[in-house]
Amino acid sequence: MIELVDTILQGILLGALYALFATGLSVAFGVMRLVNIAHGDLIVLASYISLAVMKLTGVGPLPSLLAVVPIMAGLGYLLQRGLLQRVLSRDPLPALLVTFGLSVIVQNGLLELCSADTRRLDAGRLASASLALPGGLAVGVLPLVVLGCALATIGLLQLLLGFTETGRAFRAASDDPEMAQVVGVPQRHVYALAMAVACGVVALSGVLLGINSTFDPSLGPSRLLFAFEAVIIGGMGSVWGTLAGGLTLGIAQAIGFRIDPGWGILAGHLVFLAVLGFRPVGLFPRTRDA
Amino acid sequence: MPEHAALSPSLPQPAALLHTTRASRAGAVGAGGLLALCLSLPFWSELSTQQFAVELLYTLALAQMWNLLAGYGGMVSIGQQLYLGLGGYTLVGLSLKLGVHPFASVLAAAAVAAAIAAPISVLLFRLQGPYLAVGTWVMAEVFRHAIANVPALGGGSGVSLTSAVMVIPDAMRDAGTVWLATLLGFGSVWVVYGLLRSRFGLALTAIRDSEVASESVGVPVRRVKFWVHIVSAAGCGLVGGLVYLTRLRISPDAAFSVDWSATMVFIVIIGGIGTVEGPIVGTLVYFGLRELLADLGAIYLVVLGALAIGVMLRAPRGLWGSLVQRFDVHVFPVRRRLVELDGRESREPAR
Repeated sequence: MIELVDTILQGILLGALYALFATGLSVAFGVMRLVNIAHGDLIVLASYISLAVMKLTGVGPLPSLLAVVPIMAGLGYLLQRGLLQRVLSRDPLPALLVTFGLSVIVQNGLLELCSADTRRLDAGRLASASLALPGGLAVGVLPLVVLGCALATIGLLQLLLGFTETGRAFRAASDDPEMAQVVGVPQRHVYALAMAVACGVVALSGVLLGINSTFDPSLGPSRLLFAFEAVIIGGMGSVWGTLAGGLTLGIAQAIGFRIDPGWGILAGHLVFLAVLGFRPVGLFPRTRDA
Repeated sequence: MPEHAALSPSLPQPAALLHTTRASRAGAVGAGGLLALCLSLPFWSELSTQQFAVELLYTLALAQMWNLLAGYGGMVSIGQQLYLGLGGYTLVGLSLKLGVHPFASVLAAAAVAAAIAAPISVLLFRLQGPYLAVGTWVMAEVFRHAIANVPALGGGSGVSLTSAVMVIPDAMRDAGTVWLATLLGFGSVWVVYGLLRSRFGLALTAIRDSEVASESVGVPVRRVKFWVHIVSAAGCGLVGGLVYLTRLRISPDAAFSVDWSATMVFIVIIGGIGTVEGPIVGTLVYFGLRELLADLGAIYLVVLGALAIGVMLRAPRGLWGSLVQRFDVHVFPVRRRLVELDGRESREPAR
């Protein structure tokens, strides 16, 4: 029994990280209708940037966020303005293929620059500290930090979208790009800002990923797929659904790993396929107009 | 009817619908020559030449299959490595385990891939556009992880196919591989070209241009897409069987690697998506670049990715598409042309 609770607890905390991956992906999709295949590779890139910042300044991984988030956000802004904006159209596929190319470039670029060795962001005591729970359970502090970050990020995004002028511009550009431009929303700038926000979330995801587990350049694609599965399981267009999707995926993987280490990731994929087969709108669907 | 004549003062000359162009007639002769050249390779060329030709031919077949799916069927996939991997593992299951002749297993790989593609398309077609693309990738990962968990198929570290392939005498194996690859390379072009010139091809190009409009004039969109997916899967399965006939060792990570998709996508984009000629041009560019950049390792893929992005930005129709726009050549014409019977071509562009 304790074992089961422990497994589910681990799954929730793993799922929180996936929810964070998924949030970055859905910001870009929600505003620009862009499915960013390079999303996972950008997460890994952020982990490496954090590693570099830590080496240069001697700070820990969490303080490095002060540098990594602005760097990634700026990169996102430039990426959207300089490259992605040119291929966005009613047909989503050119943009998809360009981000696929970008994914291959980032992944192999990292491989060339940083080698295939696995790395980890050393967070010192944070990585091993734990809190004792009643009933003989213990929960790590780090997973709690991840869960807190996920909740805070999603909450802040909701506030940004709902109550700020930038958020209104995001929603306007998402609902009707032409009309938004007519009433004075600078579409290119707004899209680039949305990509900056998405990449800011990517920066946070990358640093937490690097503290939580080892990483290497080849890790990106699977992170993209987990993010994608979380979005579909939760239901497209629903922010809290994405959180639920991430948690579902995390718990499925944790249970799978407990049964047999080879079955962890597969179990997550199977839950995704089951949702696709039996409830293709996702667990918590919300239409975009609601 | 004087009134009618007055309305259209220059009635057209007697005319006919033609399905060929001068370039296509020249192309047919050229293709015949190349086919003879490829088939005769085992009799006069070095083994390394043959290996290079085999790789070029099966890569061309892969590119054609992806182009059929994405360029004509409108289904961009990042998961065709699924069928390639299944083809490879058909060789493990039938030849290594059951002792079936490896060449027969390669042919059976097409049937296996098609049979597995059928239920998969029912499930994945619930996703659309970019979501379908990522969904196909997830499906390939499902099979990669599943096969890695089956010890009988070698598990995660893979298995050697040497003992299965060695039952064929060396000379026979080398020649058979070249002929199979020739069949695949030329066959893929011929199948795609033939499909496109048929009634089915008309439906397919209609869907490519507008799914909604073709549905409204009675094109069975779902059924056409289903069959395109099946044909493309069968082609990739065949290639998978052939690839692992030459590599002698298979592992889930290599057989279901997304790098296969990267190769297909880049070749088709660079050559020209939605044309029969594009993948041929793209394959030649791909191998040309690889020879040039052979020493660069991972940088080679960076260059290829950057080139593909550059083409997407500057010439979305690819190298061949740009050429067609300028010179109006069609080696594989899939459109019908109106030609006046006095021998002059109609002023209408040969579309």
